[in-house]
Amino acid sequence: MNALLFKLTLAVYLAATVAYLAYLVKPQEKLGQVARWLLTAGFVIHGIYTLDRYLEAGHTPITNLHESLSFFSLSIVGIYIAFERKYRLFILGSFVTPLALLILVASTGFPSAIVPLNPALKSRWLVVHTVMAFLSYAAFAVAFGAAVMYLIQQHFLKSKKLGPLYQKLPSLDVLDEINYRCLTIGFPLLTFAIISGAIWAESAWGTYWSWDPKETWSLITWFVYAALLHGRLTTGWRGKKAAILAIVGFFVLLFTFLGVNLFLTGLHSYK
Amino acid sequence: MNIVVVGLSHKTASVEIRERVAFAPTQMEKPLKAVVSLDDVAESVIVSTCNRVEIYATTRDIAGGMARLKRFLADFHQIPHETLEPHLYAHHGEAAIRHVFRVAASLDSMVVGEPQILGQIKTAYGYAAEFKTSGIILNRFLHKAFSVAKRVRTETKIASSAVSVSFAAVELARKIFGDLSDKTVMLIGAGEMCELAAKHFLNNGARGVMVTNRTYERAVKLAEEFDGKPVAFEDLFDQLHKADIVLSSTGATHYIIRPKDVEEVIRRRKLKPMFFIDIAVPRDIDPKVNDVENVYLYDMDDLQSVVASNLQQRAEEAKKAEAIVDGEIGQFAKWLASMEVTPTIVALRSRFDEIRKAELARTVAGWKDLPPDGEKRLDALTSAIMNKLLHPPTSTLKRTGQGGRTDLYVDALRVLFDLQTGVPEGEELEELEE
Repeated sequence: MNALLFKLTLAVYLAATVAYLAYLVKPQEKLGQVARWLLTAGFVIHGIYTLDRYLEAGHTPITNLHESLSFFSLSIVGIYIAFERKYRLFILGSFVTPLALLILVASTGFPSAIVPLNPALKSRWLVVHTVMAFLSYAAFAVAFGAAVMYLIQQHFLKSKKLGPLYQKLPSLDVLDEINYRCLTIGFPLLTFAIISGAIWAESAWGTYWSWDPKETWSLITWFVYAALLHGRLTTGWRGKKAAILAIVGFFVLLFTFLGVNLFLTGLHSYK
Repeated sequence: MNIVVVGLSHKTASVEIRERVAFAPTQMEKPLKAVVSLDDVAESVIVSTCNRVEIYATTRDIAGGMARLKRFLADFHQIPHETLEPHLYAHHGEAAIRHVFRVAASLDSMVVGEPQILGQIKTAYGYAAEFKTSGIILNRFLHKAFSVAKRVRTETKIASSAVSVSFAAVELARKIFGDLSDKTVMLIGAGEMCELAAKHFLNNGARGVMVTNRTYERAVKLAEEFDGKPVAFEDLFDQLHKADIVLSSTGATHYIIRPKDVEEVIRRRKLKPMFFIDIAVPRDIDPKVNDVENVYLYDMDDLQSVVASNLQQRAEEAKKAEAIVDGEIGQFAKWLASMEVTPTIVALRSRFDEIRKAELARTVAGWKDLPPDGEKRLDALTSAIMNKLLHPPTSTLKRTGQGGRTDLYVDALRVLFDLQTGVPEGEELEELEE
C-alpha cells in the first residue's frame, strides 16, 4: 500500500513536470491548468503517503534520508502550489517542479524500509524541528527557481536578445518579489528550526549547541540568508544580487542537508 | 445567392483616392440604402476606414452586381468611373469569403495584426443592422468573420508584440517593472518621438512625468502639457533618482549621462531598477550605462531591432492565421450553397417522401386483408396529400425567386424541417452571437 502510493506519487509528479515543461514550450492556459491539476493531485497522494507512513511507523516520518528527501519534495510542492495560487504564474512551475521531482527520485536511492525510531529522536520536538526546517528549505527552493528565472530574464533584457523565452517569462519585478516573499517565509522558519533544534539538543544531549557539522552548516546557511535579508532591507540588495544570493544560499542549504549527512559525520547522522 | 466584395485599400489606392471615397460614419444610412436599391443587390454592409473602403453585398447576378457596385462607388462620390476603376478590386465566391475573413483577422492590414480593424468592421456591421440593409446571408457571414478573427487572435500570436518603437519601449518597461502604475517618467529634452513615447507610458498607466530642458521655460511648457513637473536642467542629477523610466532626446553632441552618474543615482534608489531610453542621435547616454546593475539602456537602434524581430514574428504567425482562414472558408461556402432555392426544395421533398414511404411500408406490412390494389391506392393517396401540402411553399419560393425574403424562407425551412445544411448551428452559433 505504502510503496504503491509512493510509486503513484512519483508517476503523477513526473506527469505534472512534463506538463509544466510543455507549458514552457507552448504557454496555453489550458495546459497550465492541466499541469496544476496534476501537481495538486500528486500533492494529495504524496500527503496521503506521508500520513500513511506516519501511522504505520508511529512517529514523524522524517528520520532517514529517504523520508527526509520525500518530505522535502512534498514541502516544495506545497509551497509552490501556494505561490502559484497567489501569483498565477504557471511558468514558475516549469522551474520548480523538476526540482521537486528530482528530489523525490533521489529519495528512491536510499533504503525506504520503516525502522524503529532511534531512541535519541523520540521527542515531540522531532516534528516541530524537522517540519519547520523542511518548510524553510522548500521556500528557499522556490526562491531558487524564481532567481534562476530572474537571471535568465535579466540576461535577455541586458543583452537585448529577446528570444521566445523572454516573451514567456514574467517581469523582473514579479520574480524579484517572489524571491523576497520566499525569503520572508523561509528565513523565520529556518530561524525557528534552528532554535527548536537547540532547545531539543539541550534536553536530548544536555547542551544547546555542540558545533556538530549539521549545526555549523545550518548556521552558515542562516547567515547567508540573514545577509540577503539584511541587504534587502537596508541597502536594497534587489534584482541580480538578490537572485545570485538566493542561488548561492540554496546550494549551501543543499550541502547542509545532503552534504553533511552523506560526507560528514556528527550527531545528526541518522542514516 | 452570391456574396460579392467591391472596394479599395491601402494596397491598391493612395491616400488621396482613399479619402475621396471614404464614407462619413455619421451618414451611413444614405449609401447603405442606395446600395440595396441597386438592381439585383439584396443586402449590403459598407466598411470605411482610413485604409480601406469596401462594400459587401449579396446578388444573384455576379458580374452585373459587381459592375453596379463599382459604378455606385464612383457616382456616389462624384469621381469619374475611369479614375476609380484601376484602384478597385472585386471578389466573388470563395475569394470574397477569404477576403473578408482575412480583413477581419487583420491579415490584410497595413500593420498585420493591428487590432482596430475588427472593431471597425463590427461598427460597419452595426450600421447595416441598424438600417436593415444586412439580412440573413451577410449577418451570418459577418458573424462567421468575427469568429474567424477571434480564433486567429487567440490561436496565433499575431498581435502579441509591439510593432512601433514607442510601444516596444512600453512593452520592455512592463517586462522590467511589471505594473507601471507607480512609475515615474523623466523626459530629458523634447521632440516628437520623445513626447509620443511619454504619452504611451502615461496611457499605459505610468503615474507621472517630470520634464527637464536646457531652456527651463520649455520644460515648464511641456510639463504643463503632460500635467507633470518641470525640473531645472542643473538639477537633473538631483532629481533623476525619482524617475523609473528616463526618455532622453536632447540635441547635445556628447553624452550627458555617464555610468558614474547612474551608479550614484541607482545607489540613491537602493538599487531599484531603472529603464533608460535614448532616442537622441547622436546619443545622450553612454552605452556603458547598460552595464550598471539593475539598469537597462535601450537606444533607437535597439528599439528598432526589437520592432524588426517582432514584425518578423508576426509574419510567421500570419502563416498560421492564413491556415485558420482557409479551414473556415469551406464550411461557410457549403452553407451559402445550401441557401439556394432549388436544393432546398429538393431536400424538403425528399424529407417528406422519406417519411411518407416509411409510414406506407409499415401500414402495408401490418394489414392482413389488404385488397390487391390496396397498396397502389394508398401510395396514390399519400402522394397526393404530400404534393398538396408542399405546393404552396414550393411555389412561393419559386415565385419570390430573388431578394432577401427568399433567403429568409430558405433558412426557415432548413431550420424547421431539419434539412442538412453544413452550417454553424447550435453551440457554435451561440458562440458567434457573443
